Amino acid sequence: MKYFNPFVLPFVIGAFVLLGICVFKYIRWYRSFDRVQRSKVKKNILSLKFIPAIWEAVMECLFHRKVFRRNLVLGYMHSSIAFGWFLLILVGAIEAELCVSGSKPFWVAIFYRFFVHEHTTEMSRIFAHIMDALLLVVLSGVTLAVIKMVYSKIVGMRRVTKHVLFDRFAKFSLWFIFPLRLLAESYTAAYYGNGGFMTQALGNLFAPIYHEYVEIALWTMYSICLAVFFVSLPFSRYMHIFTEVFLIFFRRMGVTEGDEHTGFTKYELSACSRCGICIDNCPMDKELGVQGVQSVYLLRDIRYKRGTEEVANQCLMCQRCSSDCPVGLDLMTIRRQVRTKETSLDASGNYSYADNIQAFNSVGRVLYFGGCMSHLTPGITEAMEKIFEAVDQKYWYMDKDRTICCGRPLLQQGFLKQAKDLRLKNQSMIIKSKAKLLVTSCPICYQSFTKEYNLPIKVMHHTEYIAELIKSGRLKLRKDDLKVVYHDPCELGRGCGIYNEPREVLKSVSTLVKAKNEREKSLCCGFNLGSTVLTMEQQTKVRDAAVESLMDKNPDLIATACPMCKKAFNHATTLQVKDVAEIVAENIFDN
Amino acid sequence: MRKFGFSISQTRSIDLDQVDFSHLDELKEIVPSFMVCINCGGCTATCSAQQFSDFNIRKIKTQFMQGQYDGLAKQLEKCMLCGKCTLVCPREVNLRNSVVAMRRILTKNSK
Repeated sequence: MKYFNPFVLPFVIGAFVLLGICVFKYIRWYRSFDRVQRSKVKKNILSLKFIPAIWEAVMECLFHRKVFRRNLVLGYMHSSIAFGWFLLILVGAIEAELCVSGSKPFWVAIFYRFFVHEHTTEMSRIFAHIMDALLLVVLSGVTLAVIKMVYSKIVGMRRVTKHVLFDRFAKFSLWFIFPLRLLAESYTAAYYGNGGFMTQALGNLFAPIYHEYVEIALWTMYSICLAVFFVSLPFSRYMHIFTEVFLIFFRRMGVTEGDEHTGFTKYELSACSRCGICIDNCPMDKELGVQGVQSVYLLRDIRYKRGTEEVANQCLMCQRCSSDCPVGLDLMTIRRQVRTKETSLDASGNYSYADNIQAFNSVGRVLYFGGCMSHLTPGITEAMEKIFEAVDQKYWYMDKDRTICCGRPLLQQGFLKQAKDLRLKNQSMIIKSKAKLLVTSCPICYQSFTKEYNLPIKVMHHTEYIAELIKSGRLKLRKDDLKVVYHDPCELGRGCGIYNEPREVLKSVSTLVKAKNEREKSLCCGFNLGSTVLTMEQQTKVRDAAVESLMDKNPDLIATACPMCKKAFNHATTLQVKDVAEIVAENIFDN
Repeated sequence: MRKFGFSISQTRSIDLDQVDFSHLDELKEIVPSFMVCINCGGCTATCSAQQFSDFNIRKIKTQFMQGQYDGLAKQLEKCMLCGKCTLVCPREVNLRNSVVAMRRILTKNSK
């Protein structure tokens, strides 16, 4: 056989093993989707949703748009290796197709310089230069990756993930592929003169020490390195390379995480590249120095079947990592799945005491739900009542005397059944009231109402409601010249994507100044209900960091839109802390 | 007699030498702040579940400290975990985690 040498065997075997394991895993995972997830796939598999999915897959998996947005050097490092290698394979295949006539095995493209020794045409000479240029790009990426390992600031990261031994093994085999390819190609070029600008230049240095056996040895090492990487890929973090493509398609088809760990979760776990971007801004690490509990470590532990509730509990659920994640994984739900209380005894609730609450017939009224926390900050609920009265809006304050919790705190701690009990109670009350609009003051409840409830009526956070009142001219306000800084609550901002309405409202009553970390980058107040295990000392540390970020432009007043954040900040600063509703209520223009 | 919405527990005696404090020791490990409570009752006053029922977090806490575990698991099922108790506590007792931990301990030992 013209195109055979024993050294291709490791590569060929490795490639087939990789293909086999991947196909096996992907099919098995798909088969363990739950009923809802599977019906979504069946419904949308032949729909137009595919077109944006293809676009997203190309932008994210090939061009790594989100990684570039995060940091240019990091983006270059990743895409020089990933996209660079992809191009090496693609251009190599084209080169083999165009320059070698007749049938040939597929590995010719991979070991092209070894099997094809002559530049027959001008085209093949140009290809050699292109391939060299691509290899140079990949090598520059590998160099950056090596530097990143010891000095992560070069790619704008505070720290890198601590990998398990197996991941390091896979990583080093990947890193060695490219220098070995350079050496092997150069060594062949030393004798046959078939290299490009880089391999030929290096090859000329090797020319005096050329020996056929050394050439075979180098190509064998290159092939073995490829094989080692291929075989370790499905079990290491590099599984993200292929899995992200599938994940993007499933996500576009509307598949989401459910309450339980399913095959879709397995896709998500494997799509995590363990880049460690989630560690960088995690308050647990940044302010408290708690390591090994961030999403990257939790996902890794779950994937290798050693995820524990202790690790899952060490999280404020501020969603900073989910908004930073370049793969867009549903990190909060995956964490919640680990927290799920399974034993029937500590997972059951008894809320029959709240059975006999009567709904008030609220046709034509707005339904107002303060939420548990607003009862500790009565200023907010009083302000809302004042606003309702100012615009002559009839309302029913449904939890004025007695509050049934929205259920989200229980859900976040994994008490799924109990949370559902509470949801059903509130839901039936809301439906029976026959109101058309529900306004709530608590972002936790708001997120619960919009995402976890199945309500037939519109739900608004009070900042949205006030913004609409101002826009429609129903609410007239005075403007004062106080400098106000707005703190984005986790649940309202990153949780529900409401960033503009509170700012619009504040701009119409005061001068809004910027905080150091705003919008998606806002810091958690430390009192998020997502954690039960944090001590007060830890919570105040996180809070102090958030307050410091707000003080950047020396504001006169801190505004927020969450009773929890208000309560947290109240003791932390000499400045006044007010809810958006309170500031509005103080500035109602009445003549 | 007029009902004020609360009742007073009957007089009872506990022989502390006979009580098994192993559950409490376990809880102390998980929530060290549990022991600094001054029994002010702020938690109970603010509790959402208390507004509806006889759920009384201070009473549960006291019973747990005295090793009287009977019926506590059933009572704890009424908690909605909203966290107001923890927020109002002047001694910064992490009651929310105590509730979760107490349930865990009681469940584990009831098997």
